[in-house]
Amino acid sequence: MKMKKFKNLSGNLITYAMVVVAFLLCELALSGMIDGFKMSRSLKGQLVPICVYIVMAVSLNLTVGISGELSLGHAGFMSLGAFSGILFSQWLLSAFPQTDLALVRLVGALITGGIVAAIAGVLIGIPVLRLRGDYLAIVTLAFGEIIRNLLNCVYFSLEGASVHFSFLDPNLPGTVVINGPMGAIGVKKLASFEAGFLLVLFTLVVVLNLINSRSGRAIMAIRDNRIAAESVGIHVTKYRMLAFVISAALAGMAGALYGLNYSTVQAAKFKFDTSILVLVFVVLGGIGNIRGSIIAATVLTVLPEMLRDFGTYRMLIYAIVLIVVMLATNSPMLRSTLDGLAGKLKNAKEGDKA
Amino acid sequence: MIQFLSYLVNGISLGSVYAIIALGYSMVYGIAKMLNFAHGDVIMVGAFVSFSATQYWGMSPLVSVVVAVAVCTLLGILIERLAYKPLRSATSLAVLITAIGMSWLLQNLALLIWGANPKSFTSIVNLGSIVLFDGQLRITSEAIVTVLANIVIMLVLTQFTGKTKMGKAMRAVSEDRGAAELMGINVNATISMTFAIGSGLAAIAGVLLCSAYPVLMPTTGSMPGIKAFTAAVFGGIGSIPGALIGGLLLGIIEILGKAYVSTELGDALVFAVLIIVLLVKPTGLLGKKVHEKV
Amino acid sequence: MTQKFKREPVKMVPAPSHGILPERDALSRPVLETRNLGIDFGGLHAVEDFNLIIGKTEIAGLIGPNGAGKTTVFNLLTKVYQPTIGTILVNGRDTAGMNTVQANKLGIARTFQNIRLFGNMSVEDNVRIGLHNQIGYSTAAGIFRLPSFFRGEREQHERALELLSLFDMQDLADHQADSLPYGAQRKLEIVRALATNPSLLLLDEPAAGMNPHETEELMENIARIRDKFKIAILLIEHDMNLVMGICEGICVLNYGRIIAKGTASEIQQNPTVIEAYLGKRKEGQA
Repeated sequence: MKMKKFKNLSGNLITYAMVVVAFLLCELALSGMIDGFKMSRSLKGQLVPICVYIVMAVSLNLTVGISGELSLGHAGFMSLGAFSGILFSQWLLSAFPQTDLALVRLVGALITGGIVAAIAGVLIGIPVLRLRGDYLAIVTLAFGEIIRNLLNCVYFSLEGASVHFSFLDPNLPGTVVINGPMGAIGVKKLASFEAGFLLVLFTLVVVLNLINSRSGRAIMAIRDNRIAAESVGIHVTKYRMLAFVISAALAGMAGALYGLNYSTVQAAKFKFDTSILVLVFVVLGGIGNIRGSIIAATVLTVLPEMLRDFGTYRMLIYAIVLIVVMLATNSPMLRSTLDGLAGKLKNAKEGDKA
Repeated sequence: MIQFLSYLVNGISLGSVYAIIALGYSMVYGIAKMLNFAHGDVIMVGAFVSFSATQYWGMSPLVSVVVAVAVCTLLGILIERLAYKPLRSATSLAVLITAIGMSWLLQNLALLIWGANPKSFTSIVNLGSIVLFDGQLRITSEAIVTVLANIVIMLVLTQFTGKTKMGKAMRAVSEDRGAAELMGINVNATISMTFAIGSGLAAIAGVLLCSAYPVLMPTTGSMPGIKAFTAAVFGGIGSIPGALIGGLLLGIIEILGKAYVSTELGDALVFAVLIIVLLVKPTGLLGKKVHEKV
Repeated sequence: MTQKFKREPVKMVPAPSHGILPERDALSRPVLETRNLGIDFGGLHAVEDFNLIIGKTEIAGLIGPNGAGKTTVFNLLTKVYQPTIGTILVNGRDTAGMNTVQANKLGIARTFQNIRLFGNMSVEDNVRIGLHNQIGYSTAAGIFRLPSFFRGEREQHERALELLSLFDMQDLADHQADSLPYGAQRKLEIVRALATNPSLLLLDEPAAGMNPHETEELMENIARIRDKFKIAILLIEHDMNLVMGICEGICVLNYGRIIAKGTASEIQQNPTVIEAYLGKRKEGQA
């Protein structure tokens, strides 16, 4: 009788090692220490977004892969994090214009973004987690769109240490920071690749440690068999909520970093398409596979840049690649055909030899 | 008051378009149990085909609609055969991502063929408007045609699923695919048929939508697609009257919300109502309750 | 099949209200008492007028033809379904308004007829999930690896292995749960249920799919579990050798109603039970 032995935790070490090595290689390449390998300008510009999308993908994998809830509104949490993070950072700058608080502003922005997104996660989680399956998915989509719509109507301005807020009314005193449909404007850029790397590490620590702990096991137990989990006394709503909120908080932090990487950020950036894009990373990387999410997020963020030579065809190629990969990995028919072809080729080769 | 009536008419007209799209979504979901995110883009293709047929090939509007329906029907069958059929036994998430890939594919193909510049769509119904209350209330012929088309489609489809052999096969497959297959129903043909009907309807919806809102771009279909899906869920997915009611309500809420609350928040209002409905009745207005066996 | 497994005969005494208890349990409060319990599914009385008392350390059997409502009774006791009528008392506490989680915390654990393991997880993790409420530490301690995490994990590990050793399964701890053979999966479900420290263990067809040898082993193990943990066990089973061999009190259900209660020998001779299982004997046939 064949029994599958379980993988141990050394896989997590490989994941950490992979991230650290990739970071060091990038740093070397940036400083020009590797001969013959120069990072292109556009690739350099992608470093922070890559970190952001890794965090997005890993955190969404916590919801979709580990907790088993299909969420189509992850970008909503990202946008809340971006706007609240920017607001905090700009407020600190406006309140203490003389002192150099760059690090405090950056860390504070990430924390603010995380907290605001977590609160939204709780508020949204209460209704959403009463639903299941596709209904849950459509409601997360709805919430994502609602957040984007609301952010389009929000105006914030700063006057020294005081913050002015209005809904739908653009007339505010002081310097406008968040300007309705125009989004956040005049943002002082603070994000760096190093900060992105540290956020990725933080995310990995949170998610991987959570998975390998009592609460993580409870979350996965609910995913695998809700009724059995209840029968051994696991509070289903509590742990579904836990996963959802942690995932939202991490997305908020990613959003804050993303927001501080540009001088202007619009809510339209965090459309439904962004949620879908992150979901694609998660699915292509493997549901529940954290390392896969990291690789997929990196490759698929860089890929469109790589395909730049193809001009207008690049998104078309991207779409075709996506479909083909999904078919190749999920269709039993196509798989057996491919295996058969491989076998035939092998036979043919051996036939030639004989 | 008359202002309100005029908004209501617009709402019903937009809602009728949503209902037609929702119907396709709903049927496909009911039978293939998949969120077909490419459905919205089939609408866009339908509108573009009709646009090209009238503008470049000099066809009459009515013929252009027939051509659009034919192209989209074939497109629907093709998409199903190429992308979804190989994934019958795959996880629903894999199918969802494939559908998203298909949606991007259609959008980018349209981008290559028709370009990124918005096209101004000429209405296919050019019959003028009905003017009531001394010109205070105008009902456009587009609105009337849309509502009429919606009614006709609903009636025909109800008859079709209720009376014909193919329609009954569809209901059987959506109820229990395995059992239907054992009863000798050709499941693949039935699913193809569903995609064909849904996509054909999408073409009609696309033409009607662009007749009322004449801006046509490769991304034109995506938001109405999502809203129509929302409408389908709202009314109870898999149900024909559900799609009708869901679509109409959604259209009315959207137009009234934009008129009386805020143009910015019209969409937010639509989604908020969806969330409330699902919380009160988790399977939509006319959806059936499903029990889990322990 | 020859019956190698023999249990000591148990003397039964009348219970405070309806039913009987083993003599040794007579003075302690019954672990379970149901009064007039019933549930309707759209007008159909799936279970009605269900009155049962189970002694503190009793092994009881719930038998009856297919569709009699046995699993429905389990679902009622574990609050998967809320009863339409009647009362369930667990250790003297009314479970009205409770959910499955609360019922489990009150002391009811169960296994499932169609095995419901966490198939993608290891055998040990399945048991650890059962220990969730027994050996705990906070989520933050888990994420930030505080000392309580390491302490809790070590305790869970030791306790899980100890529980698995009941069925000699400690060597399988690292295997994936759904790669186990059928019999082992059923045993793992029992271990997982035991991990929640119940006072009443509900076993839904524990011997289904087992060969006679395995069944016999299971009978010994059920008795051993009762003796070791001093808990009550209520089991649904179609294997009459098992039921008659280890159950001290047996309750027979047919069409949602109890048609007989008593000891093994009483049930075997009860004409209503025989009729329910074999059908009515027609006139002229003998």
